[in-house]
Amino acid sequence: MKYYDKLIFELSEEGRIGFSLPDNPWADSSDRIPAGLRRSVPPELPQVSEPDVVRHYVNLSAMNFGVDTGFYPLGSCTMKYNPKIDEEMSEYPGFSGIHPLQPAETVQGTLRIYHELAGWLSSLTGMSAFTLNPFAGAHGELTGLMIMRAFHISRGDLKRTKVIVPDSAHGTNPASAAVCGLEVVQVRSTAEGLVDTDDLKSKLDDTVAGIMMTNPNTLGLFEKEIRQICDAVHEAGGLLYYDGANMNALLGKVRPGDMGFDIMHLNLHKTFSTPHGGGGPGSGPVGVTQRLKHLLPSPSVVKSPETGRFAIADNPEAAGRISGFMGNFGVLMKAYAYILMLGKQNVRKVGPYSVLAANYIKESLKDKYRLPIPSLCKHEFVFDGLIEANAGDPAREVTTLDVAKRLLDYGFHAPTIYFPLLFHQSIMIEPTETESKETLDAFIQAMRTIASEAVTEPDLLKNAPRNTPVRRPDETGAATRPKLVYRQDKP
Amino acid sequence: MGFAYFPHTGEDIRAMLERIGLGSMDGLYADVPADMLFNGEFEIPDAMSEMEVRRRFKELSSMNTQLVVFCGSGAYDHYSPSVIKSVISRSEFLTSYTPYQAEVSQGTLRYIFEFQTMMAGLTGMDCSNASMYDGPTSAAEAVMMAVNCTKKKRRILLSGTLLPQVLKVVATYCHYHGITLTEIPPKDGVSDMETMEKELSSGDVAGVLLPGINRFGIIEDMTGLADAVHASKALLAVYSDPSSLAVIRTPGEWGADIVCGDAQTLGIPLNFGGPYLGFLCCRQDYVRRMPGRIVGETSDADGRRCHVLTLQAREQHIRREKATSNICSNQSLMALYATVYLSLMGPQGLKRVNDLCYGGAHYLHSGLLGTGLFTEAFDKPFLKEFVLKSKIPVEQLQKTLLDAGIFGALSCGGDLVSFCVTENRTKEEIDRLVSAVSCRHGDCRRGIDGN
Repeated sequence: MKYYDKLIFELSEEGRIGFSLPDNPWADSSDRIPAGLRRSVPPELPQVSEPDVVRHYVNLSAMNFGVDTGFYPLGSCTMKYNPKIDEEMSEYPGFSGIHPLQPAETVQGTLRIYHELAGWLSSLTGMSAFTLNPFAGAHGELTGLMIMRAFHISRGDLKRTKVIVPDSAHGTNPASAAVCGLEVVQVRSTAEGLVDTDDLKSKLDDTVAGIMMTNPNTLGLFEKEIRQICDAVHEAGGLLYYDGANMNALLGKVRPGDMGFDIMHLNLHKTFSTPHGGGGPGSGPVGVTQRLKHLLPSPSVVKSPETGRFAIADNPEAAGRISGFMGNFGVLMKAYAYILMLGKQNVRKVGPYSVLAANYIKESLKDKYRLPIPSLCKHEFVFDGLIEANAGDPAREVTTLDVAKRLLDYGFHAPTIYFPLLFHQSIMIEPTETESKETLDAFIQAMRTIASEAVTEPDLLKNAPRNTPVRRPDETGAATRPKLVYRQDKP
Repeated sequence: MGFAYFPHTGEDIRAMLERIGLGSMDGLYADVPADMLFNGEFEIPDAMSEMEVRRRFKELSSMNTQLVVFCGSGAYDHYSPSVIKSVISRSEFLTSYTPYQAEVSQGTLRYIFEFQTMMAGLTGMDCSNASMYDGPTSAAEAVMMAVNCTKKKRRILLSGTLLPQVLKVVATYCHYHGITLTEIPPKDGVSDMETMEKELSSGDVAGVLLPGINRFGIIEDMTGLADAVHASKALLAVYSDPSSLAVIRTPGEWGADIVCGDAQTLGIPLNFGGPYLGFLCCRQDYVRRMPGRIVGETSDADGRRCHVLTLQAREQHIRREKATSNICSNQSLMALYATVYLSLMGPQGLKRVNDLCYGGAHYLHSGLLGTGLFTEAFDKPFLKEFVLKSKIPVEQLQKTLLDAGIFGALSCGGDLVSFCVTENRTKEEIDRLVSAVSCRHGDCRRGIDGN
């Protein structure tokens, strides 16, 4: 990766164009809009030729690291391989050229994809029905919590305004709860990294709407007491929400519905292989059990039992509407193609292979990195920094950040760092099922080399990375003197 | 049988299990209660080869009918240049995640910085975030942001001229978030400014949200509104189509504080409604209350210019329940669509797009009036979308168009129907629409060439 310094605005020259549009054949132009409703000066957009635009963005792409570039063990993000067939399918004009308000009769193929995908996701998770409308994981969480609140409100149970969230939860959980108007009650983790069931039980009462849980949790550990937790929450009149961010560990093996969860979301951009696109678009379908089905947001796709034809329905009892149309259809198609490729045979191997890879790395590095909870993990696990970090010697002490930056020099993306918040030096590693043993071995070797360097030449870590386009940006400066747009220096 | 996405050989599995100290793959789930392991059969298809998957999609796409689109209402059939597809398919953009590691994410960070600059310039605001999900959810975030900025006040005025899906999504968010909404019905096809100002005088309003171009296609005149809003210590939020902002008066010029909307109009295909590109821009004073990712410029250890995610103290992964929003994944790749689109178009190209839309829409408008089958609904300035009163029952009219392979005449309540013309529509297609209607419902000779 080389350093390319330009911004598109710096390639701009007055009078240059990059577009190819017909001349205006019409009698009228937008100049006929009354002056008081017109923009006074043209927008400051770049004026660049087409070849310059292409070269600029290809050069920018060369400064990026993706799953197709190399190993990307970013914990809780499931950076698995993104099949290329998915991209090809979603660009079919028969799908991409369809307006979302077209009559159902003219979009039967599209609606069939919705209906089948929702059915498949239900079967894979043990839920009764899915909405595919939520745009991302956090959007799914919010949708699920709306359903939770709508359930209680519909029963006249208005005092349930609290939601329990474990201290190890993803940050989106409490944030989604707050957007949904719920008060967050935190529950402790035990020394084994699991939800403290006693602490949880002490917090259950008739003001609790439900609990949000990730299983396996963000430490990569399976919540063994999940059944007791479900029983206790249900007994107290609450509902259980399953944060599907970690579903890859269980795909094909364990279903949230069978554990006792009432509501859940999936991240199709994690478990179902759709590309992350630099932070989106994702997709966060929400599944519910039978008794909550009527609360799924509108609109939804329904199939006529008589004709087998599909229609778009607005559900009057729905918890609401959370999207302009029906979600990120282009992303849904990719998940649909992925499930077709996997089929019922291979889907059973996704979870096991991801768990195999995580445990393999954990066992291969636990003599060099502090493993706070030494049990079997699922698809990911957390180290609490290096065992030998030269602690107490400020000139030589190395941190998790240093390890992460040094990994970049070895050609790997860094793991998730400083999360979960339960430890000070968290390094959260998730390898996924699509990486070969050779790749995992190369990563393990790099991590071991870094551990040795930390002792013999700590500056190699503290000054890392060296081989990247830029090195350790001044983030404090960026936040204290925010420069959020490009401004041309006036001559 | 192996599988193309799983690299594991039998020997690999054996060696890995041995390192872990397990005798079999089953041991990997020893921590799961045995009765929770799924032993049934999943109701999903058998595995398919790539060729079979292609065939399946071909079959499914043949069940769709591609229509000539004369409808907008939040999804617009604009032209998407070839360069976009070429650039967004770069694996380095497509298969990366949120740019947490700035050293290996300068590609993503730079285009987002460019995107923020372009969006701020188009809307007349000081800054923009990195993207939201879609237009309606960006409106909901704008409303929550207005409440957040004005502290104790929790009432929002919504113009009834906003798109129905925007009203519904905002209402859903506000219902759960505890914000009171007052929807003010349209007056003569535009926002009822008089009633808004009356409501504002009660002093309990946190913000006002109205569209720049409304659900009837009319360009709203906001003269005096910002002063009234600011006098009652509320914020003005405008729902905008950024494509139109190359030519129409910007929210910034109207005195808005927050701008939200959908940037699908900037080169993103219809895609049956998604993925699209919500956006949010604001004035400098409110940037620390803005939801979502924001990219800032800084320098690295060697003094080189570079870009990073910044002002993260607003975000869920730091602030948890005190964050300005729960948004995490956004629509980053769609922001790349818009950035490449705007780079190609420049000020002149985007102006041309609007000229083509304006000219075509007005040609269709007079063509339809010329048939004698429609009358003017609101005599107000429009850009690419407009509403007419139909003398033909709306369902019959829609059926006529469908028979001609055309999607248009979307119902706007009663006898009102809307049409939209983008630069993708040709004169031949517009003439076909007009003659299809006039031949079925009126005099075949009328309506051609707008006479």
